[in-house]
Amino acid sequence: MNHSLFSAQWNPYLAGALVGILAVLSVVVTTLIIDKPKYLGASTTFVRASGLAEQAIAPEHVAENAYFQKTKVKIDWQMMFVVGIFGGALLASQLGRSAKLEAVPPIWEKRFGPNPVVRAVGAFVGGAILLFGARLASGCPSGHGLSGNMQLAVSGLVALIFFMVSGILTARLIYGKGDQ
Amino acid sequence: MEQAIGLVTGLLFGFLLQKGQVLRFERQVGFMLLKDMTIIKFMMTAVLVGMVGIYACHAVGLISLSVKATNLAAIVVGGLLFGIGWAIAGYCPGTSIGALAEGRIHALWAILGMLSGAAIYAEAYPLMKQTLLAWGNFGKITLPQVLGLSPWVIIVPFILVGLGLFAWFEKKGL
Repeated sequence: MNHSLFSAQWNPYLAGALVGILAVLSVVVTTLIIDKPKYLGASTTFVRASGLAEQAIAPEHVAENAYFQKTKVKIDWQMMFVVGIFGGALLASQLGRSAKLEAVPPIWEKRFGPNPVVRAVGAFVGGAILLFGARLASGCPSGHGLSGNMQLAVSGLVALIFFMVSGILTARLIYGKGDQ
Repeated sequence: MEQAIGLVTGLLFGFLLQKGQVLRFERQVGFMLLKDMTIIKFMMTAVLVGMVGIYACHAVGLISLSVKATNLAAIVVGGLLFGIGWAIAGYCPGTSIGALAEGRIHALWAILGMLSGAAIYAEAYPLMKQTLLAWGNFGKITLPQVLGLSPWVIIVPFILVGLGLFAWFEKKGL
C-alpha cells in the first residue's frame, strides 16, 4: 500500500499507531506547555456546544443548570480539537480524492430504502441516543475507548465492552446479517 | 495557547481518521455486523501503542494520568444506550465531524441529534446525579491498582492478545 499524503487509504494499523503516538504527544506537550494533561476526547464538546447555542436563547436557564455549571460552557482545548478533526479530515479527503457526497449510505439503503429524509430521522435519533449514553457513561470511543484504555482505566475497558456489545446486538437487529 | 494546541492535535487526528478510513458509516456498521474489522485494527493499534507511551512517560514522572471514575451503573446503562444510538447513526461523536468533512452529508443530522442529546442530558442530569450516577461508584481505578500488578505485567499480555487477534483478522480477511 502506498502511503503518501495523496493516497486514498493508509493501512489501518499504521494510521492507528500514529494516533497512539499523537495521543501520547498530546499529553506530554500539554503537560509541558499548559500544565494540564489533555487526553483525547470528543463528547464533552457536544455538551458545551449545545450550552453555547442555548445560551443565545435562554442564558438564565443555562446558568442555572447543574450540568452546565459542572462542565462549564466555553470554547476550550477539546472544542478546538473537534474543530480540527473537521479540518484534518477535509484536507486528507481532498488530497486523497476520497471525498464522496453521500446522503444515504448503502447498508442503510438496503434496509430502509433510498429516502434521505428517513435516513436523516434515523441519524438524528441515533445521534441523540448515543450522545445521551456517552455523557451518562462519561465518555465516548475517544475518551473511554482510546484515552481510558491507554491508561488501563477500569472505566475505559467496561465502557468499551458495553459500547461494542450493544452496538453489535443492535446492528444485527436492525440491519439483519447484512447479507446481500 | 490551549486552543491552538487543541486545533493542531485535532487536525492531525482528523487526518489520520480519514486516511485510516474509519470515518465511514460502512466501516463502523461493518464492524458491528462483524464483517469488517478496520475500525478495530485502527483503535486497538492506537491503544496498544498509546499504553506503552503513556506508562513509559508516567514511569519517568513526565506526565500524570487522568482516569475517569468507574461508576458502574452509569457506565453500563450509558454504554448500552451509546451502542444502540451508534448502530442507528453509524457514527460516534468524533467520527461524525470527520465524516461530514469527507462529504457524508447525512452525518450532519447525526451531529444535530448529538447536540440535542447533549441538551436533554443536561436537563436530566439533576435527576440522575444522586441515583444512576452515584450507584456502584468505585472511583478512579486502573487495572494495575485493582490487580495489584505492575502495569507492564498487564501491557505485555494485552499486546500479545492484540497481535494474535490481528493475525486472525488478516487470515480471515476481515
